[in-house]
Amino acid sequence: MLSVRNLSVTFTLYAVGLTQRELTVITDLDLDVAAGEVMAVVGASGSGKSLLAHAVLGILPPNATVSGEIHFKGDLLTPARQTALRGKEIALIPQSVNYLDPLARVGPQVRRAAYLNGQNKRVATEAQARVFKRYGLAQRVAQLFPFQVSGGMARRVLVSTAAVGHADLLIADEPTPGLHPEVVQETLRHLRELADEGKAVVLITHDIEAALQVADKVAVFYAGTTVEVAPAADFAKGATTLRHPYTQALWRALPQHEFVALPGAQPSPDALPPGCLFANRCPLVTPACQTARPALRPLRSGLVRCIHA
Amino acid sequence: MLKGEQLAFRYGADKPWILHQIDIEIAPGEAVGLSGPSGQGKTTLAKVLAGYIKPTAGHVTVARQPLPIRGYCPVQLIFQHPELAVNPRWRIDQILHEGFSPPIALLDALSIDSNWLTRWPHELSGGELQRLAVARALGPGTHYLIADEMTAMLDANTQAQIWQVVLAHARQHHLGLLVISHEAPLIKRLCDRVINLPFPTAPSILPTG
Repeated sequence: MLSVRNLSVTFTLYAVGLTQRELTVITDLDLDVAAGEVMAVVGASGSGKSLLAHAVLGILPPNATVSGEIHFKGDLLTPARQTALRGKEIALIPQSVNYLDPLARVGPQVRRAAYLNGQNKRVATEAQARVFKRYGLAQRVAQLFPFQVSGGMARRVLVSTAAVGHADLLIADEPTPGLHPEVVQETLRHLRELADEGKAVVLITHDIEAALQVADKVAVFYAGTTVEVAPAADFAKGATTLRHPYTQALWRALPQHEFVALPGAQPSPDALPPGCLFANRCPLVTPACQTARPALRPLRSGLVRCIHA
Repeated sequence: MLKGEQLAFRYGADKPWILHQIDIEIAPGEAVGLSGPSGQGKTTLAKVLAGYIKPTAGHVTVARQPLPIRGYCPVQLIFQHPELAVNPRWRIDQILHEGFSPPIALLDALSIDSNWLTRWPHELSGGELQRLAVARALGPGTHYLIADEMTAMLDANTQAQIWQVVLAHARQHHLGLLVISHEAPLIKRLCDRVINLPFPTAPSILPTG
């Protein structure tokens, strides 16, 4: 369904006066998502998770330069095709209520999403009522403005905007933080159902635990690149089954495991090291790591970008 | 002791109660979890306890004294979204030093880079800003810390890092913690006891219409 190869995103910024500087925020990123599959994308903030979604949808700001290839349903996803498919075959479940129009009631906004999807007004109204029912939203919620709905309700409204249409690829950008476990489970279950209906779902999240409940595979991002793609089942088996030292550190940091943090921070995008992007925090680092970027290679039915794994 | 007695709150006389007859106590050195579905008033309770909003009825006391109206509040509140908790027109340096000057050891423990100090809030990520918000709240005058979904938007590693610093600081300075979270493993890891909303004693306070 979706195949991303060697994606890089660079922003050109003005530093002082007319001098420009470049920030590479995504470097050599690879990702494959098949129909009927939930691919979780996990990683720290600033690891390029949301930018990947924006790159696939073609909604990056004009000062961004994209290189590499994105294929959707076997064909190259060009900017023209992105514009044509966005909101129809590819839908986004956005990160926050800020993506809604603050001055419009939420019901009409969901109806509008269905309408833009090619449904006529009557069908769109029915679809909106059905999707609200599906996500446990009372009909009176449709009359509220975005600022009047609670955080949990807002999430369900956002899921509704994407589920109301007939998209084949759904990109959910952090659909669950700050929600009560039952609501999280429900939202995730709906994503799973959408995948089981044959759609491809990309679940972007920092919440590994939530991701594991529904994902088939987990892609771990670090500093704008894919460091590991692992079957979700590997996370249940413990840190040693995982391939990349960063993934292992994430696993250990979970409150139900060791709750220990790896010191340090991701490299800044304006000062990326020439070698492995994780080298400055890696317990396994050797001089070879600091000279060249490791390639993504297959390992134990997953992929890893590390020469020591 | 941070104590809320018979707390009630609503936005107007014709609006439904968001909080009604709530009693809550947090002892120094204690970590209390607060959990419950969204829309039950967890954040409103946090705002009332930290003095951000005045309760419609009831009162909040710290060591038997009402919350101070001016000056540094002994109850500090950290929100889920740090980008909304900082002044976008202030540089990081100014934001960090609004209440007091955090010691270098605290900044190092939170991996706050000195390069950030000259930047603007929009140039930092949520995880980076949240570390600043934590450093800013752990002043010498802080006796109670309320973390309202403080790490819900952060990755596991940053979450562990921030909480380890907060726990160490709380132990050292005998702070009382109120941890609002939906994440059961996190609450289990951090807290001595857990309060679940809605309170069993509270009448139905949700709008029925």
